[in-house]
Amino acid sequence: MSVLAHVFEAAGIATLVLSSVRAMVEKVAPPRALHCEFPLGRPLGKPADAEFQHDVLTRLFELLDAPSGPVLVDHPAVIEAVDEPLACSLPPRFDPSLPAAVDEARGLRKAYDRAVARRGVTAVGRVATADEVPDMLAKLDAIAQGAAWKEADLPKNLNGLGHDIRGYYAEAALELATGPAADGRAMEAWFHEETEAGRTLLAARAAMKDQGAPFPLWFYLAPGNR
Amino acid sequence: MNGDQAMRAHSSGLPAPEFANPAWVTPVPLRQATVAIVTSAAIHTTDDERFGGGDTSYRFVGRERRDLVMGHWSPNFDHAGFAIDINVVFPIDRLEELAADGVIGAVAPRHVSFAGNQPDDVATVRLDSGPAAAAALKADGVDVVILTPV
Repeated sequence: MSVLAHVFEAAGIATLVLSSVRAMVEKVAPPRALHCEFPLGRPLGKPADAEFQHDVLTRLFELLDAPSGPVLVDHPAVIEAVDEPLACSLPPRFDPSLPAAVDEARGLRKAYDRAVARRGVTAVGRVATADEVPDMLAKLDAIAQGAAWKEADLPKNLNGLGHDIRGYYAEAALELATGPAADGRAMEAWFHEETEAGRTLLAARAAMKDQGAPFPLWFYLAPGNR
Repeated sequence: MNGDQAMRAHSSGLPAPEFANPAWVTPVPLRQATVAIVTSAAIHTTDDERFGGGDTSYRFVGRERRDLVMGHWSPNFDHAGFAIDINVVFPIDRLEELAADGVIGAVAPRHVSFAGNQPDDVATVRLDSGPAAAAALKADGVDVVILTPV
C-alpha cells in the first residue's frame, strides 16, 4: 500500500495510507500514513461499528492538513487479535459411517445456504463449490489416514481449496455464532481447533509434508503459524 | 506469538523499495475533494475475474457495488471481518455518509483493488499497473485516495 501511495501521489492524487505493519511504512515512507494496530484483515478496526470506522477515517483525513511529509501518526487504539475460538455450536453426528469432517460439513450446509441468501455473495468457489466441500474433505481425510496424496485426485490449487473449505465454514458460522461479532483470529481458532474439518485439514497437511509433497502445496493449506 | 504477531514480524523484514524524491500533492480542501478507495485486499465483484496468485493487475469496483468477494490468497490474516462488514476493509458506506454530510466533496464513481501478495520487487505495480490505475482515477476527477491493506 505504501508503494502505491508514492505511485498515486506522483500521478497528482493526495494519498492517505492506513498502515498495518509499522516497520514497513517507516521504510517505504508514504506521504501520509495512520498506523492502526488492529487485527490484520481489518484495517478499519471493527466490523459493524460505523462510529469506530468514522473515527479512523476522521483521523486519517486530518493528515491532509500537514504542510509537508512524510507524516506517520498512530491511532491511539490498539486492538489485539483474539485467539479464543468463536462461540459457535456444531451439528451433531448424523451419519457415523462417514468421516467426521464430511458428516460435519454436510450438517452445516443449511447454515451456509442461509448465509449466502442473506449476504448475496460467497467467497467459496475458487477451486471447489459448496457442493464439493464434503467430497474434498473426504479426500483430505483419506490422506490424513495414510493414503498417498498424489493419488487423492485433489485440485492442483490447494491454497484455493483451503480458502474454500475455511470460507464455507466461516460463512456458516456467522449464521450460527452466538455473542458478539467474531474477533480478529476467533474464526481461525474455531475452525482449526474446534471443527473436524479444521483438524482434518491440518492432519492432511502434516501427512503431505511427511510424504515429501512440495512445500507450497501443503504449507498454504492453512495459516503458517499452524 | 500469535498469528498477527508472526505476520507483522515477517512483513517487517521484507525488502522495500526506496523513493528518493517522493511526490507531494497539496490537496484541495476536503469538503471539495472527490475521494476513492484503493485497496490491496484483492476485492472483486462477483461478475469480475478472480485474482490469480501473484496477480499484479487490478480491478475496478463501481461506487454502487456491494456484491464484493475478497480474493486475497494469503491464509495468514482474518477474512471473517470482511464477511461481517465490507466496510472494515472497503469503507464505501462510510464515505457515502461523509459525502452526504458534506465532510468530503464526493465519492468517486469507481474504486481500485489490487492483490497484496506481490512479487518482492513490486516492479509491475510501481511501473505499470499502479500508474495505469492512478491515471484512470485522475481522469475520473479523484483528488484523494484512501489506501487500505489487509
